[in-house]
Amino acid sequence: MAEKGVKVFGMWASPMVVRVEWALRLKGVEYEYVDEDLANKSADLLRYNPVTKKVPVLVHDGKPIAESTIIVEYIDEAWKGEYPIMPADPYDRAQARFWARYADEKCNPALFPIFTATGEAQRKVVHEAQQCLKTLETALEGKKFFGGDDVGYLDIVLGWYAHWLPVIEEVTGASVVTDEALPLMKAWFDRFLAVDVVKAALPDKDKLLAANKARREQLLSA
Amino acid sequence: LRRQAERGREKKESSMADGEGNLKLLGLHVSPFALRVRMALGFKGVSYEYIEEDLFHKSELLLSSNPVHKKVPVLIHNGRPVCESLAVVQYVDEVWAGAGPDILPADPYQRAIARFWAAYIDDKLFPAWTGFMKAATEEVRGEKLKETHAAVQNLEKAFSESANGKAAFFGGDSIGYLDLALGCFLPWFGALRVMFGVEVIDAANAPLLAAWAERFGETAVAKEVLPEPDKALAYATKLKAYWASLNK
Repeated sequence: MAEKGVKVFGMWASPMVVRVEWALRLKGVEYEYVDEDLANKSADLLRYNPVTKKVPVLVHDGKPIAESTIIVEYIDEAWKGEYPIMPADPYDRAQARFWARYADEKCNPALFPIFTATGEAQRKVVHEAQQCLKTLETALEGKKFFGGDDVGYLDIVLGWYAHWLPVIEEVTGASVVTDEALPLMKAWFDRFLAVDVVKAALPDKDKLLAANKARREQLLSA
Repeated sequence: LRRQAERGREKKESSMADGEGNLKLLGLHVSPFALRVRMALGFKGVSYEYIEEDLFHKSELLLSSNPVHKKVPVLIHNGRPVCESLAVVQYVDEVWAGAGPDILPADPYQRAIARFWAAYIDDKLFPAWTGFMKAATEEVRGEKLKETHAAVQNLEKAFSESANGKAAFFGGDSIGYLDLALGCFLPWFGALRVMFGVEVIDAANAPLLAAWAERFGETAVAKEVLPEPDKALAYATKLKAYWASLNK
């Protein structure tokens, strides 16, 4: 029995999953979305990603791939004739990969503490996160998108900030991406969120706000 | 004075095709990440100017070429720096696509698998074995060794799944991306054997990888580029002294 088609194993509130959906939508690829309850992972998910057991997992004609940035590159290569996601030039590709790793390895850990920090501690972690994002912002200078005139790999990788950071800001009362601190990034947020395929894959903001409020309360009362 | 100047230069220029003159690599002789890039360049037969960095006294060139991380390796091609070893290896593979065999496989799915495990090596295996090496207590050392062996077990499984474990290397009959990503650690695994009496790739628990390690060590690029474990050992001693001074 040959399994055909494209499946995405995800969780509705996961930013990493949305990366994969954006890539597929840019390519015009139809896919089946399987929503996971991460507290009760499906047998399929565990079978397809036994190593990390995480979402997202892309399954293409029965073959699984894990790790969102790797999945995005795969999507670009497997549907080569469609919308180009990676930059064409090897140097630009290297830069895009460099910044993607920087964002996931340095900026994400800098952003997470904001969620539960309060008072002076919050001010401190916000400042550190802003420093990280400021560095990232340099990759945007003089361009409409990280990918240039159009959305590309790095926009897909970083795009979750545009939807999730305002949610975090509202839930925590922190101000991270402001016109003063990160003007280029703020402007890019607006441009990115205006793109049709981007909008189509975003989880409902109110639902996200409610879930994050609840999660934060739970963590702070623990 | 002349000898001082020669020592100061510390440059190595290989004798082959292309790149020479407009290709520099900033590295450290025992840095696994720099070794990845050196092996990739050697694999492609690309000549370059190698500059050995003293990471305790970083050069202006290093600091200005990699201001974000200030780390090696940095490949400077036509004056433009490329950083992050796996990004550099892919860059080398793409720029010198015609010269020599491919580092990454051609098939997109195989490429994704190779990239997955290379990322796994960096995100899970590397912190585990370096954590083991740096551990201040027996307890932490034990924990980290467990993590290291668990990561190795996953890689053993990955090897058994690639070509049913029948191919010589992760890359098939000849080495590829994943072989470079893991092979660069071999001098350090040798050093850990001496320092702590532990086998990271234990032939009893990871027979396929143990055999792979032997074969990898015999390849032309490994022989040309990888230092002897005693070089890693000497550097580890230097690092331990440095970490100890930080803990005072």
